[in-house]
Amino acid sequence: MTAYYWSILHGALLTVGVSLAALLVSALLGMVGALAKLSHRAVFRVPATLYTTVIRGIPDLVLMLLVYYGGTIGINNLLELAGSEATLDLNPFFAGVFTLGFIYGAYMTETFRGAMLAIPHGQMEAAMAYGMSPRQAFMRITAPQMLRYALPGFTNNWLVLIKATALVSLIGLQEMTYLAKQASAATRSPFAFFLFTAGLFLVYTWVSLIVLRWLNARYSLGTKRVTL
Amino acid sequence: MNWEVIFTPDSLAMYGEGILTTLGLLFASLAAGAILALIFALALTGPSLLLQRIVGAYTFVIRGTPLLIQVYLIYYGLAQLEWIQARWDTIWPWTHFKEPFFCALLAFSLNTAGYTAEMLAGSIRETNAGEIEAAQSFGMSRFQVLLRVVLPSAMRRTLPAYSNEVVMMLQSTSLASAVPGLLDVTAAASRIYSDFYLPFEAYLAAAAIYLVATFCLIGFFRLAERHFLGYLGPRKG
Repeated sequence: MTAYYWSILHGALLTVGVSLAALLVSALLGMVGALAKLSHRAVFRVPATLYTTVIRGIPDLVLMLLVYYGGTIGINNLLELAGSEATLDLNPFFAGVFTLGFIYGAYMTETFRGAMLAIPHGQMEAAMAYGMSPRQAFMRITAPQMLRYALPGFTNNWLVLIKATALVSLIGLQEMTYLAKQASAATRSPFAFFLFTAGLFLVYTWVSLIVLRWLNARYSLGTKRVTL
Repeated sequence: MNWEVIFTPDSLAMYGEGILTTLGLLFASLAAGAILALIFALALTGPSLLLQRIVGAYTFVIRGTPLLIQVYLIYYGLAQLEWIQARWDTIWPWTHFKEPFFCALLAFSLNTAGYTAEMLAGSIRETNAGEIEAAQSFGMSRFQVLLRVVLPSAMRRTLPAYSNEVVMMLQSTSLASAVPGLLDVTAAASRIYSDFYLPFEAYLAAAAIYLVATFCLIGFFRLAERHFLGYLGPRKG
């Protein structure tokens, strides 16, 4: 019995791995998406808008199944077209990370876009007046302040992303939800195992919340706080 | 791409059944969840510290754990308890725990109630103190103040956040496919995928259905916001 708990605990490492890797992908996509959405060129703006609208209208699970099963067949069809005999199985870890990153990239895009818009326009003009290039202005003016404006939305996205990693179990990645389901099938005591897994998720979200609150306090240093 | 398979009567009937299950789960869980959320929100903002703590712990757990685990806990987990096993053959409310639809519905309702309760409680706390004082000075009882002043405005202010929750809930119903014996849109797509080995077509069709449903819900809430929150906008010239 205890061996099952240990295996679930071990699976928690994979959950942490998937979520952190997906966070990295989504943050990168979010940054690119936000810049594209705020661009004055329609070539960048239109695809980015389409991306955020469509992704947020489709369930995570459907996208994940689409990428995992569809991706495997798609790659193998391409290999066949190229005349190769080899077949390839998409790894559930990468499928999960890629899909979660792709989905939450759309949410991050909106968060980052809002944060960029929150920076007063005059500061950008001042930076230009000092002769900074757009790149310099972004690195020196926009990026550091954006962090503070983006943190509350980022925190929300991160908490939702952690909980979405449970879905990766449905495409066969052996993270803690998957192991809990197997353990409960083997021992016929599902209640205890699922409760244990729920507890682990709770600890994970709770610890993240503490870290992000501390970060938020750090980045809000020196800002005026108004209370009613 | 082989779209003919999707547009056969059999496949379309399967998607149709899936749409009915998905919408049934969505609206039933939203209705049950809204009633629970109202009670929970009143407990969260009410005078009893004990109730506040209990409901606060509930929303913390619901919002901190994945919905999939909650579904598993109710569908697989509760069936393990002897107390339920002793009752689910004969005694009325417990007989439902054998039905997958009821188990999924229960999990979704409890989940959306947790999120909605916190939103509504937030709006109730934001109520202008002057409005409540004015109501009290008119001699209204606590219940009357709640019914006539606090709830109407709090519910209006919750509307934008609630529309997000409804869209999220629509997408969450896809987890019903993880419960064996339930045929929602996602499960219908999975069955068509396994029958014909056509994942792209099967899941893209499901994605399109969800996308259309999402846009309908967003459009509906935009109209609702214009109706209920119209007085907050700029005056038309």
